[in-house]
Amino acid sequence: MKSVVVVVGNGMVSHKFCEKLVAKSSNHQIVVFGEEPRRAYDRVHLSEYFAGKTAEDLSMSQASWYADHGIELYLGDPVQEINRQQKTVHSLSGVTVRYDYLVLATGSGAFVPNIPGVEKQGVFVYRTIDDLDRIKAYAANAKSGVVMGGGLLGLEAAKALIDLGIGQTHVVEFAPRLMPRQVDAGGSAMLQAKLNQLGLQIHLNKSTSCIEGAEHITGLRFSDDSLLETDMLVISAGIRPRDELARLSGLDVGVRGGVIVNARMQTNDPAVFAIGECALSDGMIYGLVAPGYDMAEVVVAQLAGNDREFNGFDMSTKLKLIGVDVASFGDAFISEPDCRTIVFEDTHKGIYKRINFSNDGRHLLGGILIGDADAYNMLLQTVNNKLALPPDPEDMILGARGSAATEGAGVMSLPDDALICSCEAVSKGNICGAVNDGALTIDEVKKCTGAGTGCGGCMPMVKDLIAGTMKANGQYIKNVICEHFAYSRQELYDLVKINKLKNYDLILDHYGKGDGCEVCKPLVASILSSLWNDLVVKQDTIQDSNDRYLANIQKGGTYSVVPRIPGGEITPEKLIVIGLVAQKYGLYTKITGGQRIDMFGAHVSDLPNIWEALIDAGFESGHAYGKSLRTVKSCVGSTWCRFGLHDSVSFAIEIEERYKGLRSPHKLKGGVSGCIRECAEAQGKDFGIIATEKGWNLYVCGNGGSKPQHAQLIAADIDSKTCIQYLDRFLMFYIKTADPLTRTATWLNKLEGGISYLKNVVVNDSLGIAAQLEEEMQLLVDSFHCEWKEVVNNPQLRKRFTHFVNAPEEKDPNVKFESMREQVKASW
Amino acid sequence: MEVLTDLEWVLACYADDVPENGGACIKHGAEQIAIYNFARRGEWYATQNLCPHKQQMVLSRGMIGSAGESCEPKVACPFHKKTFSLLSGECLSGDDYTIKTYPVKVVDGRVYIGVI
Ligand code: SRM
Ligand SMILES: Cc1cc2nc3c(=O)[nH]c(=O)nc-3n(C[C@H](O)[C@H](O)[C@H](O)COP(=O)(O)OP(=O)(O)OC[C@H]3O[C@@H](n4cnc5c(N)ncnc54)[C@H](O)[C@@H]3O)c2cc1C
Ligand code: SF4
Ligand code: FES
Repeated sequence: MKSVVVVVGNGMVSHKFCEKLVAKSSNHQIVVFGEEPRRAYDRVHLSEYFAGKTAEDLSMSQASWYADHGIELYLGDPVQEINRQQKTVHSLSGVTVRYDYLVLATGSGAFVPNIPGVEKQGVFVYRTIDDLDRIKAYAANAKSGVVMGGGLLGLEAAKALIDLGIGQTHVVEFAPRLMPRQVDAGGSAMLQAKLNQLGLQIHLNKSTSCIEGAEHITGLRFSDDSLLETDMLVISAGIRPRDELARLSGLDVGVRGGVIVNARMQTNDPAVFAIGECALSDGMIYGLVAPGYDMAEVVVAQLAGNDREFNGFDMSTKLKLIGVDVASFGDAFISEPDCRTIVFEDTHKGIYKRINFSNDGRHLLGGILIGDADAYNMLLQTVNNKLALPPDPEDMILGARGSAATEGAGVMSLPDDALICSCEAVSKGNICGAVNDGALTIDEVKKCTGAGTGCGGCMPMVKDLIAGTMKANGQYIKNVICEHFAYSRQELYDLVKINKLKNYDLILDHYGKGDGCEVCKPLVASILSSLWNDLVVKQDTIQDSNDRYLANIQKGGTYSVVPRIPGGEITPEKLIVIGLVAQKYGLYTKITGGQRIDMFGAHVSDLPNIWEALIDAGFESGHAYGKSLRTVKSCVGSTWCRFGLHDSVSFAIEIEERYKGLRSPHKLKGGVSGCIRECAEAQGKDFGIIATEKGWNLYVCGNGGSKPQHAQLIAADIDSKTCIQYLDRFLMFYIKTADPLTRTATWLNKLEGGISYLKNVVVNDSLGIAAQLEEEMQLLVDSFHCEWKEVVNNPQLRKRFTHFVNAPEEKDPNVKFESMREQVKASW
Repeated sequence: MEVLTDLEWVLACYADDVPENGGACIKHGAEQIAIYNFARRGEWYATQNLCPHKQQMVLSRGMIGSAGESCEPKVACPFHKKTFSLLSGECLSGDDYTIKTYPVKVVDGRVYIGVI
């Protein structure tokens, strides 16, 4: 007979518990009741719901996971009563289940202080997807919003309000500083400055006495009698464990809430456990997910007949709050004379770092990092494992200046039982053991140890551990392309160049093995284009998805069409042609973020006809599909703008025409602004040019995207000719040396010597290769061809653009559109 | 091995309809079938055109290649690069789906696929 385990609640910890239990033993019949209408989802990343993730994206399991594992799951059906004598639970919808073991994983709810008026419309909490739906709906008509509570969750909620388009967002905090549990006064001030820049207004030391308004909230009245007007309020004043069910059934609960458990997570009834945010362990409620997972592990061990105890959990945290890194670890608040403290503050960059170490200078005790938390993992390990401090402890937050102590070496000095991945409880010993057993890649190590499969925060350390262990074993760590080529991209580039090879199969025969794959084929294709600028359609089957059909593939299998519009300048005649073409082929049109026009939803067989019409009107391919030059964005500049110093549009067009079609390890974007107001956002591009009184300033290696980075100045006040010369050298040097799919910003970050080295190569020709780089670039510029023109004029190539080769006139019947705002969108 | 008695060979297309070392899609009744011309190995393969990952009709536009010591022939979906064995149809990227495969023969420049 299987014993029946009933789980109350289907949140993050409940889900983890089920996962662990089915993995460990098959002796249990599991029944789960969840109050929310959906399967457990990732509450930690709840705010991403506002950034476009759907409930399904956030879900912790596939739709059929519970059924697949024989688990009975009741959703939208809270347990209302526990009968501990008969060992049964009763749910709202009337289901009664007998249990052998009961696990309470009811989590916590938002704590709502007892302030007159909290029941008014427009007052919300921030805990569930349903809460977010309600906030979103109400925010549509709100101009201002207040978040009560300046803690971690409050600031996250404030960010969400900004993202929802609420112009004026305020945070009201009772304490004299922000994030009182994680940061000190200095850190709070730095954080506040950063948040102010983002348009958040912070009010500290404010105690709310009532919420004003008739039916709807209109403002907050404070104890000092001041008033803050607002259209809505999100309360984030802390959490309150959901212990009402436990209380009702006579289980022991804490004075300030929480189901009391022992080290085995048992309540005062040995058949009833409590885990996660509802459990009160040793007087503590743990408001983080990792300790909850550890508690789940403890109960699973118990049910599988092993003994394990929960011994508290390190509450160190690292987060990205509104784009600002914030971390605290160990004893963050201990202060002199109980310890010695070093504080580093850079108000310009918004960085604050504090470390506390023992009076004898031997051990790190804890600290706080704001604005730059890269050192967090290593610092935390140093605290937890009592590692010896370097002679100059400030090196730990400032980086070793002069002789470099690499991070890899630091990680290797940890003891074997150092916990690296706290979500999955994986130690350094586990990871190094896996590497010794032959797992040599991150994916393999992830698979066999589970490290990094939770929040992923430990990945940099896992990477360093793999590299460190391999090095210690005398294994040569090589940046190889894939199983077919034992070379790095740069090595293969040189081999192909020296031997003048122009065909993928030949290169594979000479330097590779097997039949190639989706990694090495596009990589070789990119090298071939960068070297010889041959037509990509000549070797179409080694091209990546988009290059294969010279268009970006979309959901449903249609394509987009993006003609080049250099510098964003276009004549009315050409605009009309785009309109007519889009109309004729039923395409959705949109102005892109790159100052041009994208037409979406083209059937593969329409592509040649569409391009024929565009080419007739004087357009060329915009290479939106290639790892190649995209756009050179311009501002209107001196021709119209009252501030413009030079003609930025003409220069942007000149540059775009020069590098159009240039294939590179990743895409390339540029910008030219007519003055320092920077309307072309040139400093966010791979190369950016800004007019000065005396000429142009050239910036390189900027990036927008997921990890924005400003471009850095490489030459100031240069003339147009020099600017292009430097650009030639810079771009060619990047193309020759970067790893595949590495943008210029990431490339620079890895380049030893950084911007000063790059500057030396490009401006001072320190490697003596400048002339060669310029020559190689000129060759590429001179051999430009519009690949769409070649296709349009070649019946053989045109033929390849069909969906069915045995019915070329038919379109894919699976492609369906529906209408939206008088245009089409893909039906999916 | 099971004997497929009622296997029917249907003419799918001509050999030069399918690019060397690439794929093309054919229509067979309401079905869409992807045919691959693995010229490097002198082999032909066919699978369903639908990628089971996000239900996209695109496998014929994927890149082909091989995996592992045994050089298992495979195709990578152009959408998210999930790879599938051209022999067994099994997903090689660790997911739990299998795609349908079809026998192929080429006679006199004509490509035939075996359907049941
Ligand atoms: C159409 C457009 C969005 C829009 O409606 O405005 C767009 C659409 C896509 N972007 Fe973008 N990006 C567009 C401007 C941008 C910008 C803004 C800009 O260029 O000023 C950025 C940030 C700037 C930057 O790149 O530094 C941008 C950052 C990205 C990234 C992230 C790159 C990164 O380094 O983090 C990707 C993903 C990638 O390339 O790997 C991406 C990838 C994509 C892809 C190609 C995704 C894909 O593979 O399907 C989208 C193709 C759509 C299609 O089917 O045509 N797109 N994308 C914009 C086209 C501009 C153009 O005229 O060519
Ligand atoms: C916006 C936000 C950001 C966060 N960020 C982080 C972070 O960066 N790092 C971190 O570690 N933690 C973070 N947390 C906290 C983290 O989400 C929680 O620690 C975690 O979700 C706790 O898991 P749990 O399963 O104990 O509770 P929950 O996930 O709350 O799940 C409990 C479930 O039980 C249900 N329930 C309650 N009573 C009953 C009943 N009687 N019958 C049936 N079902 C019931 C509830 O409806 C709920 O669905 C964040 C939380 C929020 C809200
Ligand atoms: S960047 Fe300068 S010149 Fe260009 S539009 Fe803005 S203010 Fe005018
Ligand atoms: S649709 Fe094929 S891999 Fe995602």
